[in-house]
Amino acid sequence: MNTWHYLISLLPFEWTQFAFMRTALLAVLIVSPLFALMGTLVVNNRMAFFSDAIGHASLTGIGLGVLLGMADPLWALVAFALILGVGIIALQRYTRSAMDTVISLSMSFSIALGVVLLSHGGNFNKFSHYLIGDLLSITPGEVGQLLVTSVLVGSGLLLGYNRILLIGLNESLARSRGISAWWTQMLFCAGVVMVVTMNLSWVGILIINAMLIVPAAGARNIAGNARQYVFYAVGIALFSGVAGLIASYYANTATGASIVLVAMGCYLVTLCIKAARGMQSPAKCGLTGGNGLAE
Amino acid sequence: MEPKLNHHKGLTPHVCGECCTKIERISVTLNANRVLEDISLHLHCGELTTLVGPNGAGKSTLLRTLLGELPHSGAIHFLPVFGHGRPDAPAMGYVPQQLEFDRFSPISVQDAFSSALSRWPVALWHSRRDRATAREALAAVHAEHLIHRKLGQLSGGELQRVLLALSLTPVPNLLLLDEPVSGIDLPGREMFYRTVSELRQRFDLSILMVSHDLAGVTAVSDRIVFLNRRIVCAGAPAEVIAHPEVRRTFGLDLVTPNPERP
Repeated sequence: MNTWHYLISLLPFEWTQFAFMRTALLAVLIVSPLFALMGTLVVNNRMAFFSDAIGHASLTGIGLGVLLGMADPLWALVAFALILGVGIIALQRYTRSAMDTVISLSMSFSIALGVVLLSHGGNFNKFSHYLIGDLLSITPGEVGQLLVTSVLVGSGLLLGYNRILLIGLNESLARSRGISAWWTQMLFCAGVVMVVTMNLSWVGILIINAMLIVPAAGARNIAGNARQYVFYAVGIALFSGVAGLIASYYANTATGASIVLVAMGCYLVTLCIKAARGMQSPAKCGLTGGNGLAE
Repeated sequence: MEPKLNHHKGLTPHVCGECCTKIERISVTLNANRVLEDISLHLHCGELTTLVGPNGAGKSTLLRTLLGELPHSGAIHFLPVFGHGRPDAPAMGYVPQQLEFDRFSPISVQDAFSSALSRWPVALWHSRRDRATAREALAAVHAEHLIHRKLGQLSGGELQRVLLALSLTPVPNLLLLDEPVSGIDLPGREMFYRTVSELRQRFDLSILMVSHDLAGVTAVSDRIVFLNRRIVCAGAPAEVIAHPEVRRTFGLDLVTPNPERP
């Protein structure tokens, strides 16, 4: 940790002189690649709405934690989000109703419950920092916590990457290869829940899903295979993480939101690249539906 | 003939005629609708069994039941003679009717093979072995030039060939084909049937194929099963074609309608 602070403070910039900025930079570098890797699978498996619901449902987790008198409601948050995530998947599988309906239902329920719990006694403002997040207040201890969970979830993701990819491609096909869709999906959802909840306090409930979705969505525009997909997504996530952090320092804005804005910029660039490619090779984007503009 | 590819080691690569899969009195109920009733069917090695029947007859449901996707009553016994897989979960190859997938996913043909064959994350790189296996499997269906293409960029016929190659890697005990040629033109269809028929003999495979194309499958099938929630008739292609209900469903009597049949 000391080495890190020493090395970064050698950089000839004003912001590197502050310990909180150096700690925040480290957090961004740890977490961005994980968000990107997970995002590629979340987008492929059409679970963007699911991860969004988990983020928003965290309000209830915080509410419950406060109600139980916990000083730091993080673990109440993780527990509630896990129960909700498993509940959504189970409900969807058993009722066989449309995923978006089930998610919308559970999200509305848990946001309503969360707001009721937190607004009890008129103190909602006390918790509004969860909505926007605050990266600069992150402590070295929390960075350590992030590192441990990131390494755990990251290696789990890599271990299960092929299976999750195949399930996202087509579930019957995956099943014919002996993959248990139920368990794989459950474990993957648990991973999503861990990543979303652990990073909630610094990214903020309102935009945490963008951290997952935007780099992957951008990478999708320009990638031709799974490896390029992950490579570009990690690149976009790292670039927007660092650039957003520095921009937020100079512009004096919320860090999480600044990162998301830079990532959106990257997304637009990939969209332009894709459009330019489509124009260069119109023959390719005709009937085969490869990379036409009208997607 | 390549005997080493035969999954029944020690046997001749000819049709062994043994029962590979026994379906005993299967019934499936979905949303209070009985979709399949009392289905008993034995599938033999080296035999191509074709399921025909009207829309909604439960043909795809039967395949999905065999894949273990749907709850059912009755029993399914798989007898993987010497092959890989456990008795309750044999190595199955499956080619879906129309692979429903996101055509814009950045997944290449090689990615699909590697992710099905090994656990080494395709997010990093492909092992040399996975590359070789994919190339070899694609060559068997004349599709090795497609290896670096995105799945979403393949035409219908190309995709079916890639999926067939994937379903045959490794060679399964039971191959399930769900209307593999719907939406493919006539030459493509004939080529597909020829390939399947050739593979059946080469690998001594038992194949269960769903088809709407009665005319096309009579020449290649060993057995045809006419399904309409239950098995209406089953047997050699010539027998099944003579059955009045089959003739009615497929309009075989339209030229000379038989007034005796209601």
